[in-house]
Amino acid sequence: MNNGVGRYIPDGMKPFTVSDAFKTTKRKLISKKTRQVETVFLDTIEAAFDRYNITSGQCLSFHHHLRNGDKVVQMVTKVIGDRELKSMHLAPSSIFPSYTNMVDLIKNGNVSDIHTNYINGPVADAVSEGYLDGKLIMNTHGGRARAIESGDLKIDVAFLACPVVDRNGNGTGSFGKTACGTLGYAISDLEYAKHVILVTDTIVDQLEDYQFDGKYVDAVIVVDSIGESEGIISGTTQLTKDPIGLKIAKDCSVLINRLGLIKENFTMQTGAGKTSLAVVKYVRDLMNIKGIKGSFASGGITKSYVEMLDEGLFEALYDVQCFDLDAVESYHNNKKHIAMSASEYGNPYEKNPICDKLDFVILGATEIDLDFNVNVTTDSLGRLIGGSGGHADIAYGAKITIIISPLIKSRIPIIKERVLTVTTPGSDVDILITERGIAINPKRIDLVETLKDSGFPIFSIKELFEMSHRITGVPKSIGHDDKIIGYVEYRDGTIIDCLYQKRTVNSM
Amino acid sequence: MFRSLLFIPGNNPSMIQNADVFLADGIIFDLEDSVDIKEKDNARNLIRNYLNESATKPSSIVLRVNPVDTDYFDKDLELLKTSEIDYILLPKAGVDSLGILDERLTELEKEYKLARVMVLALVESAKSIIEVFKIAKHNRVEGILLGAEDLCNDLEIGRTNIGNEILFARSRVVYSCVSNNIISIDTPNTTIDDERALREDCLNAKNLGMKAKTAIHPNQLEIINEIFSPSKEEIEWAKTVLRLRDEYVGKGAFSLNGKMIDKPLITKAEKILEKAKRFRMI
Repeated sequence: MNNGVGRYIPDGMKPFTVSDAFKTTKRKLISKKTRQVETVFLDTIEAAFDRYNITSGQCLSFHHHLRNGDKVVQMVTKVIGDRELKSMHLAPSSIFPSYTNMVDLIKNGNVSDIHTNYINGPVADAVSEGYLDGKLIMNTHGGRARAIESGDLKIDVAFLACPVVDRNGNGTGSFGKTACGTLGYAISDLEYAKHVILVTDTIVDQLEDYQFDGKYVDAVIVVDSIGESEGIISGTTQLTKDPIGLKIAKDCSVLINRLGLIKENFTMQTGAGKTSLAVVKYVRDLMNIKGIKGSFASGGITKSYVEMLDEGLFEALYDVQCFDLDAVESYHNNKKHIAMSASEYGNPYEKNPICDKLDFVILGATEIDLDFNVNVTTDSLGRLIGGSGGHADIAYGAKITIIISPLIKSRIPIIKERVLTVTTPGSDVDILITERGIAINPKRIDLVETLKDSGFPIFSIKELFEMSHRITGVPKSIGHDDKIIGYVEYRDGTIIDCLYQKRTVNSM
Repeated sequence: MFRSLLFIPGNNPSMIQNADVFLADGIIFDLEDSVDIKEKDNARNLIRNYLNESATKPSSIVLRVNPVDTDYFDKDLELLKTSEIDYILLPKAGVDSLGILDERLTELEKEYKLARVMVLALVESAKSIIEVFKIAKHNRVEGILLGAEDLCNDLEIGRTNIGNEILFARSRVVYSCVSNNIISIDTPNTTIDDERALREDCLNAKNLGMKAKTAIHPNQLEIINEIFSPSKEEIEWAKTVLRLRDEYVGKGAFSLNGKMIDKPLITKAEKILEKAKRFRMI
């Protein structure tokens, strides 16, 4: 059958219908775990495997706050390989290029299923090529929290990297030699996994402030190093110097201003892309010129937002993940830099998630189609290169969702008749800004009306689509293999699209 | 009429593809200094294909060819066959090289059945600064571009942002252009990441009478356009002057805010509004 965005969904799967369908169902909650005994301290990962009887087929989860600097995923996956466990189900909140051990585990059948929100690098390549025996489930940040609390994603053991842990099992990421700031993606794992193990390289007697409550923690493992703080800095957190990116960012800021969104107590979020960060700079300039003070900015937090908080341009920052070391330091020192869990951020069943309070969000796209559906999961060849993260959560929640992207990336037009993979439904996308023009989702009659005499080069998305083809020619469609390797799960748990094995060169 | 001209190396496809997107009033596709000798043929082919095939092009196209005494000069001029080039930018321009270019253009105009091809002359040596009045008089020349980097090399002096070392050259270019009713174009600022330095440099040039400036990076264009455009105040003043002119038909002079307005100021007002219209400011 086809789902609400016209995608084929196999029988037995729950198809996506509309993005607010969750409103018609009740929140499903399993019981939060309670620790039966005192937190124990273990010497090795192997000791934890023994103590909690980790065997083939179980589900182990991780967070990705140390991003490319993480060593804990590597340590645990090494033990899976050493013990020749089979058909393991891994549920890291994201998968980064440094998680190299997983590749062979997938190819050898040690790991058969994966739940994650974002996947990039050699693991993504192995899954794209069809090596995973089971399925890859790509959910959103808010959707992962929902899946865990509802029991849809059952975690046997959560191995949670934690920069500092005290004798009672409380933990924080705000300081320590591998400080990574907030630990928001791991809160659901902490509260609902059957067993929770903190892996740390720094023990203190007692923490006054902590994000991980020791009452959920079964064991603590002390290792030499859980990772490198520097590794949390992503290349995508640098502001663009590309003139096309800067033009798009400038146009975006002018449009935001024209829509009257830069006003007292406004709220915003941007992605961590280089162009999005340039938008932040321009918004900051506008706020200074107009003397405007915003309520909050949210999301993965970068230095730019920290500086705006310090300058008094925002009342607060709501931070689920620190994207650089300036954000880590700010979280440690500034009470107005507030940690939020993935659930508080984007779980559709939360009463007032932060994503629903956003006035506008600026997001990127790998592809966008004539129905405004956005793909940030696969490239045009079908290779896994990312995932929703919070994309679909905040696109739904924000009052205005703006996608910024060059019309043509490396000779490939970004607008497709149909995106290869739907990550975020077009019903939640309002405006596309490119260097050659702007398209407004015709469903947003209010925005069409407000901007009709604005002087912006406004086109229908089909006109932009045709414009790009006049420049590049019509690209040959690559398509995908027939084998389903996984599913893109919308935030409410329904399937918005299937993931297919990437076509090999010979089969194109 | 330009405020800004952006140099794009002829062998940079991503820049060429987006040439019409940048904020420049004109694009200079460069076959000379920014293109290595090994890349000359590739660059020429790339620009030819772009001019022949691209569905989107800049509103004004300038081609910087290699100097007349190089083997590349004649091959570069063959790009005129595309009929897409508005100006040839002649590097190391002098009276002699301009004569050679003029002769060659006359031949090519016949051969390719082209309208008259106009020239921007790049003066970048002590000799060319001395000859600039003659260059500006040439009937093919519509603008003079000062090349300060090569000029300072010729003079064996360094460049500064204040630009005292090129005051004489800038002034000669401006006077030559104004007296021949052609456009004076200032040398590019080579400090890409220093907005304050660029702004100061632009203001120095504008205050001496330069009418436009070249850019070597798209990110310089916004500041260049801002400074070489009429200001909002100037536009409002010009509108008022012309309104009063129409009200006081037959009077040689009239008063505005206590100041006398006569023919030279009316002409100035007309020029301001002409620029404002050209640059879509009104």
